[in-house]
Amino acid sequence: MMRYLLNRILYAIVTIWFVATATFFAMHFVPGDPLSNEKVIPEKIYATLQAYYGLDKPLGEQYLIYMQRLLQGDFGVSFTQQNRSVNDIIAEHFSVSAILGLLALIFALFGALIFGSVASIWRRRWPDTATVLGVMVAVSVPSFVFAALAQLFIVEMNQFTGWQVLPVAGWGSISHIWAPALMLGLGTMAFLTRLLRGSLIDTADQPYVLAAQARGLPPWRCFLRYQLRNALLPTLSVMGPTIAGITTGGFVVEQVFAIPGLGRYFVQAVAQLDYTVIMGTTVFYGAFLVIVVLAFDLLYAWADPRIRISRDMT
Amino acid sequence: MANAADHRYWATVWRRLKADRKAIACLVMLVGLILAVVAGPSLWSINPEAQFLNQIASSPIGSRTAIVVDANELWTGPDKTPEAGASTARLSVIEANTEFVRLSWRQDTSAKGYQLYRWSEGMNAASLGMPVAVLEAGDSWYEDRLNLRPERYEYTLLAVDELGTERYRQQIRVTPVLAMSEFDAELASIAEGETTIELPAHPLGTDHLGRDMLARLLEGGQVSLFIGIFAPLMYMLFGLAYGATSALIGGRVDAIMMSIVDFVIALPFLLFMILFRVALGTEPGESGIAALVIALIALGWPSPARLVRGEILRLREMPYIEAARLMGAGQRYLILRHLIPNVMGSVLVSFTFAIPSAIFTEAFLSFIGMGVVPPAPSWGSMCNDGISRLLTNPHMMLFPALAISITVLLFNLLGDALRDAMAIRRGAD
Repeated sequence: MMRYLLNRILYAIVTIWFVATATFFAMHFVPGDPLSNEKVIPEKIYATLQAYYGLDKPLGEQYLIYMQRLLQGDFGVSFTQQNRSVNDIIAEHFSVSAILGLLALIFALFGALIFGSVASIWRRRWPDTATVLGVMVAVSVPSFVFAALAQLFIVEMNQFTGWQVLPVAGWGSISHIWAPALMLGLGTMAFLTRLLRGSLIDTADQPYVLAAQARGLPPWRCFLRYQLRNALLPTLSVMGPTIAGITTGGFVVEQVFAIPGLGRYFVQAVAQLDYTVIMGTTVFYGAFLVIVVLAFDLLYAWADPRIRISRDMT
Repeated sequence: MANAADHRYWATVWRRLKADRKAIACLVMLVGLILAVVAGPSLWSINPEAQFLNQIASSPIGSRTAIVVDANELWTGPDKTPEAGASTARLSVIEANTEFVRLSWRQDTSAKGYQLYRWSEGMNAASLGMPVAVLEAGDSWYEDRLNLRPERYEYTLLAVDELGTERYRQQIRVTPVLAMSEFDAELASIAEGETTIELPAHPLGTDHLGRDMLARLLEGGQVSLFIGIFAPLMYMLFGLAYGATSALIGGRVDAIMMSIVDFVIALPFLLFMILFRVALGTEPGESGIAALVIALIALGWPSPARLVRGEILRLREMPYIEAARLMGAGQRYLILRHLIPNVMGSVLVSFTFAIPSAIFTEAFLSFIGMGVVPPAPSWGSMCNDGISRLLTNPHMMLFPALAISITVLLFNLLGDALRDAMAIRRGAD
């Protein structure tokens, strides 16, 4: 187990390094630069700015400075917003994205648990058919369409009832969060529902479930204790990619609902070619996702000894 | 002999697929969709870039008959000026069409000036709408020619004092009639003496710049489907070659090649799509399609590579491969005759699932403005155009969103059916 753990952590560190390096070099291929965008800057000021941000140094040296700062946890200063450090930007906006993402994840998990269970218990009857159909539609409709539909629905509902049941967009109060979180979680919910339904059906005729039934345990107990508990394992194994999906899905949902999260900020930074913000955010997101995936892989290995052993051997 | 067995395998898959009515329906619809998108622009010959300025953001349903009006004539107020000084000033509409809305009111001696506002659907219900004009105390009429559309407007005339403080207001509702100026009508070669003209048909309406939605949807479909099919095809082929090479060489090379795969897979996909897309950039006049395809290929190839390697390693242990080898089959024969054909099943299934995910990615990126560059349409960028006008012109978002959803749904259903049909191989193991 120890060797597996060390191996995985080493791997994660190398991946984060790779993300940082790839981001750095990708950014230097970008045509155009933020200092000369739109408005013409006098040559002297341009040179000063170049020197200030270290853009006049050779690429190798820039890379070393960048890595050195990165190791100290310093992402630099924004190009377009003077005196604002990227660390500040991330700290301020990521909390918003994190709240939204966490709620979306909770929605997705609860929904998947309920719909997946219902579909597997009433297998091949109408609740199952309806769930399968719903899943199929939900994975085929882009998240921004769901977000737009939700907004349309909220507008109609507010007009119909005559008072503001839910705000259409924005951020700031609890009522702002429900619609975007639900829309963000919907695709993930569908994906997890399909997975859970499949694994519940697979575990339904496992010997230990049959044994529990034969011992005369009440059906709900057989289901919760023996069937669901084991069926949840595959869900655990996809939690890493799931969280990655919710994180990047936030880019769009934050955009549609005008939520000041890091995803929306990232998209704006890309449009403005704010190098340091793009690099900082990408490395931050990359590290975040790699660590999340690692954490859930380790959790999975801890929860299911079979994985641990088989991976130790390879 | 292997050939015959192989033939039988694909024949069985096809037979199973044919028995699945849902799968065949999907297949037929997808072929129809692709044909429509490919052949559509030559059948529906309206230029997707042409702007119909008389029909900006017109909905798919509604009248297309426009009256012809003389819009060049300078209006000098109503024929009969309402008498000044009456106690209540009345706002009235002299004429209302999409070329001009002519309003007049009785002057009020106590007012030192007027402000005119226009409210339309989609504006804040509590507001008066857009300020149209600030008028002098002596004015008793106004002609509004600003961007009129055949929908309901509410004009508000505020009578104000010297400081601009409101004294009282009058409101009137107007729905302008669809109209065309004489000059435009002559360009559209209207017959002599006709007073109405049929505007060109737009079965799906027009967008906010007056472009035909159907034509744009077809051209956007070409872009979206090209990216969605070509990019996965390329990275599937590359992944196939890479995975097969890695599995067949084995040893250290295999380990190194697979750790590269592990790296690329560990990269956050959409984040790097955006990065690559930005790094590749677009010169003025470029559509950004090539950049998207390159980025998709650069990030997409590892999963088929891993899949193919795994399959080949599994197949190599199969008794029939062993038998072929004992009978003196060379490496080349084994690869071409046994390994590649047997891997094709799983590759085909994952290709079918890769298409909707590539279409999704394109739509996602175009939606946040990182994909296809305007004026080239794609379904994603059309959704982006549509979402800001969702409340006033829902059709602008509806049709591209439906196109994406239906296409992705069909590919997903086909993929499911194909996977089920392929499962015979697993059952036979």
